[in-house]
Amino acid sequence: MASLVIAEHDNKSLKDPTAKTVTAATQVSTPVHVLVAGSDCSAVAEAAAKLAGVERVLIVDDPVYAHAVAEPMEALILSLVGSYDAVLAPATTSGKNFLPRVAAKLDVPQVSEIIKVVSPDTFERPIYAGNAIATVQVPEGKKIITVRTTAFKAVEPTGSAQIQKVSAPADPGISRFVGEELSKSERPELTSAKIIISGGRGMQSGENFHLLEKIADKLHAAVGASRAAVDAGFVPNDYQVGQTGKVVAPDLYIAVGISGAIQHLAGMKDSKVIAAINKDEEAPIFQIADYGVVADLFKAIPEMEAELTKLGY
Amino acid sequence: MKVIVPVKRVIDFNVKVRVKADGTGVDLANVKMSMNPFDEIAIEEAIRLKEKGNASEIVAVSIGPQQAGETIRTALAMGADRGILVKADTDVEPLAVAKILKAICETEQADLVILGKQAIDDDSNQTGQMLAALLGWPQGTFAHKVDIKDGKVDVEREIDGGLQTVEIKLPAVVTTDLRLNEPRYASLPNIMKAKKKPIDQKTPGDYAVDATPRLKVLKVTEPPKRQAGVKLKTATELVDKLKEIGAI
Repeated sequence: MASLVIAEHDNKSLKDPTAKTVTAATQVSTPVHVLVAGSDCSAVAEAAAKLAGVERVLIVDDPVYAHAVAEPMEALILSLVGSYDAVLAPATTSGKNFLPRVAAKLDVPQVSEIIKVVSPDTFERPIYAGNAIATVQVPEGKKIITVRTTAFKAVEPTGSAQIQKVSAPADPGISRFVGEELSKSERPELTSAKIIISGGRGMQSGENFHLLEKIADKLHAAVGASRAAVDAGFVPNDYQVGQTGKVVAPDLYIAVGISGAIQHLAGMKDSKVIAAINKDEEAPIFQIADYGVVADLFKAIPEMEAELTKLGY
Repeated sequence: MKVIVPVKRVIDFNVKVRVKADGTGVDLANVKMSMNPFDEIAIEEAIRLKEKGNASEIVAVSIGPQQAGETIRTALAMGADRGILVKADTDVEPLAVAKILKAICETEQADLVILGKQAIDDDSNQTGQMLAALLGWPQGTFAHKVDIKDGKVDVEREIDGGLQTVEIKLPAVVTTDLRLNEPRYASLPNIMKAKKKPIDQKTPGDYAVDATPRLKVLKVTEPPKRQAGVKLKTATELVDKLKEIGAI
């Protein structure tokens, strides 16, 4: 049979998690098709067609899909699912939103946030905030899977798949997109940044995050935060790294004023190199950090900035 | 408007979980158990809707072992009106939970279900969405703000890029995110009063649901451990080190 990957995009560009989900899909069932559902999204479909390993891109161009509202997405995927034995979506807030609806309607369990394909019907997934890894086998029937994209490499943009238009089923008409407030930033996105600098409760205020932003700008890094910093209102929710926020695995993660609650570690402990600055020597973050500095961040961060400037960053 | 709030009994969020040596799961013996934190937020939101006059009755439902009754008591002490305990001694997967909840929503003629976006034990993040699909209802997941008016709910949702608002028609399912509210503590008089509130005892069979797990858990293992690294004296030294290893 084949697998269907639901593309993550903003109607203009294809997002990085899609190429990583394709990698997982090639290990589950081939050929791989990608569904691009959106509005004025032909550029997205063209980008998806270039992903290596993708045989066909299905495009549905209709305003109802512009914001991936769950109910019409469910109807659309169900209308296509007959030809596939697996449907995969990245475990983003979008994929997590609509895909369980599809599984329920097909009367099959969903496997959430897989980190490894052991065999086409067996997967590893983290449970208990990543403190345990479960290996699960799915029963006969269609496989419905969300993919933790930090665990898979992106396929290269070297392919040339055909693009096929498909028609949209009727909108169930029980839900409607009203609006959104997206954080605007010139910096890289948290989930695709190579370097992330995150602040915690120790930052003391939202204004103080400017200190981190200065470092971020020098290193082309994204700025993140712990749940404590988001709950305290220092920064918006989309900064949150952790079990219930974003899961990241950059080449370098710099934790500043973050104690290292289990919940936060769950979202960043797969980073290649972890550096931590905290004035509390006993902070749990130091137990997983490759490099730790016990210091007051309000002294350490300006020092860091000065040294980076000196080195020409 | 009748509101159903499913609550799950899970390992307390402060407990460091230990994987069993035989690889069959996580050690739950003599471990502190609590209500899933996202479900506490769900109960709180339901109570606020009742205080505002939007909701008339709050029914707390838990599916699990007999001790899940304690989790329902906590919900009743916070302000839910009555409880339903669906007794199941093995793990019940999200799909089966959704099927049981669907049957309860139908018998109770519920207008709204509010539940946590995920349980902090299996981290599936599925039940609310599955329930909504089975009922043919719309959903507002990862809710940051909930506003009910004229048979509709505006749900402001926490999404990867920021916040998104959807308008969904009632009846509907809402799943809670962290910033929706701050749950109250139950007062002593309310804890006493909760002891008199009724809890119905049911089984999955009463709802004609087969709760046998469909996913086969082959093993549960410890994740690879990270070793603590080296302590450096200053941030200047840190920058030099990161440069030296090519991390920046």
